[in-house]
Amino acid sequence: MWLLQSSIGKKLIMSISGLFLLVFLLLHMSVNFVSIISGEAYNEACHFMGTNIFVQIMVPVLAAGFVIHIIYACVLTLQNQKARGSDKYASSSKTKVPWASKNMFVLGIIVLGFLGMHLMHFWTKMQLSEWLGEEQALGYTLVSALFKNPLYAVLYLVWIWALWFHLTHGFWSAFQTIGLNNGKWIPRLKVIAYIYATVIAVGFTIIPIFFWLVPGK
Amino acid sequence: MDKTINITLKIWRQKNPKTKGNFETYPLKNISIESSFLEMLDILNEQLIHEGKEPVVFDHDCREGICGMCSLYVNGHPHGPDEDVTTCQLHMRKFKDGATITVEPWRSAGFPVIRDLMVDRTAFDKIIQAGGYVSVNTGGVPDANSIPISKINADEAMDSASCIGCGACVAACKNASAMLFVSAKVSQLALLPQGRIEAAHRAKAMVAKMDELGFGNCTNTGACEAECPKNISISNIARLNREFLTAKIKD
Ligand code: HEM
Ligand code: SF4
Ligand code: FES
Repeated sequence: MWLLQSSIGKKLIMSISGLFLLVFLLLHMSVNFVSIISGEAYNEACHFMGTNIFVQIMVPVLAAGFVIHIIYACVLTLQNQKARGSDKYASSSKTKVPWASKNMFVLGIIVLGFLGMHLMHFWTKMQLSEWLGEEQALGYTLVSALFKNPLYAVLYLVWIWALWFHLTHGFWSAFQTIGLNNGKWIPRLKVIAYIYATVIAVGFTIIPIFFWLVPGK
Repeated sequence: MDKTINITLKIWRQKNPKTKGNFETYPLKNISIESSFLEMLDILNEQLIHEGKEPVVFDHDCREGICGMCSLYVNGHPHGPDEDVTTCQLHMRKFKDGATITVEPWRSAGFPVIRDLMVDRTAFDKIIQAGGYVSVNTGGVPDANSIPISKINADEAMDSASCIGCGACVAACKNASAMLFVSAKVSQLALLPQGRIEAAHRAKAMVAKMDELGFGNCTNTGACEAECPKNISISNIARLNREFLTAKIKD
């Protein structure tokens, strides 16, 4: 099957799963943002996420999206290392390329590490407990308590900026992979990639800073 | 008199594909900065022959930047530190007096070393044989405007056709991907009516051959474009992806 066997087929899988995750991130950030505006509205949004039928269907789809993206990240990275050959260059490469583009796998791993912690801290206590019919922790209380822990807040920031780098390359790369690109659009998509990545990263960053700076919250 | 420099060369020596190679260091004195990099290597080889040693083997042919035979990974750059030139067009004025210059062969699983700095690039010929042609004779130069071709397409086809098949793109790529080469060869024909007819088959066959020969998967780092002596653009890679994916989806 060409989709699973050819290089471009595998890259298509990477691209589609990546684009899907990009959309998810935007949604996730929007919901988080509500927590700054109003604690009550945020708790309501959390409840909605735990009960709405469409959201419940999308959760396994999202999980599958992640799993596929990660599996293919490993497959492609291993194949590429093999293609590089057993004898390595002695002089380190001086070719100028964006740093993120060379480090997509490492950046992905950082994102993944945090993802595990994140699911443990929030997802099990919020969406999962809603499913199990247990009493759902109030999203708002949970968030403000965790972010008061400086270690957690710092890890969170590391994660966000690893994600920023991943997205600055991933965003335009995904379009290039499906062939929706040309000489005119390559520079444009790169700019849009920076805008998108920055909106996501700043959006996610404002939240812990907010909980630090506003003691009453 | 030309200005001259003294340099130290660190060169990869390897007897044959099977044996393990190693770096040898050669000091070289009074090299004119006007000489080309390959002329400098000729001087080294002359010196080695006089000393009764084996000369360094490297690929070259036209020495005017058009044949694609020369290679060499010089100080971390395929074709050396100069922009948009092949190694034969690289000059010694790009190096400082007293510099140490590291010279290595192209490295990738698809290009095994034959000897010293010479690698086997027949993989590229095999990819071309898989579909990089038009099957019918399209005759001589047609009358102007007898087949209308837009200026944009004509220009882009010409730009893609300037690829000389040197393999610097593979050498530069962290994934040893041959996508820049293959996309240039697919584009130069896909953009013109004579090549359009077989475009779908060509894209599929050439990509299949490229994968089979052990080149890596493109992750769009753009290292190829940065090092290509002919400035082939990665917009060709987007076109190849498009050609390949539409051909497969139509099947
Ligand atoms: C929310 C999380 C994530 C998003 C939004 C995301 C998005 C993307 C996008 C859009 C691409 C570009 C695809 C292409 O070039 O066609 C990409 C590539 C990549 N991602 Fe992710 N990703 C995420 C998480 C991860 C994780 C957890 C890993 C784990 C290892 C990972 C590893 C990679 C690698 C290695 C590539 C480059 C693969 C290639 O170009 O062949 N990503 N990602
Ligand atoms: S695309 Fe550029 S670097 Fe690659 S083979 Fe052609 S001329 Fe050489
Ligand atoms: S020797 Fe022909 S391009 Fe360099």
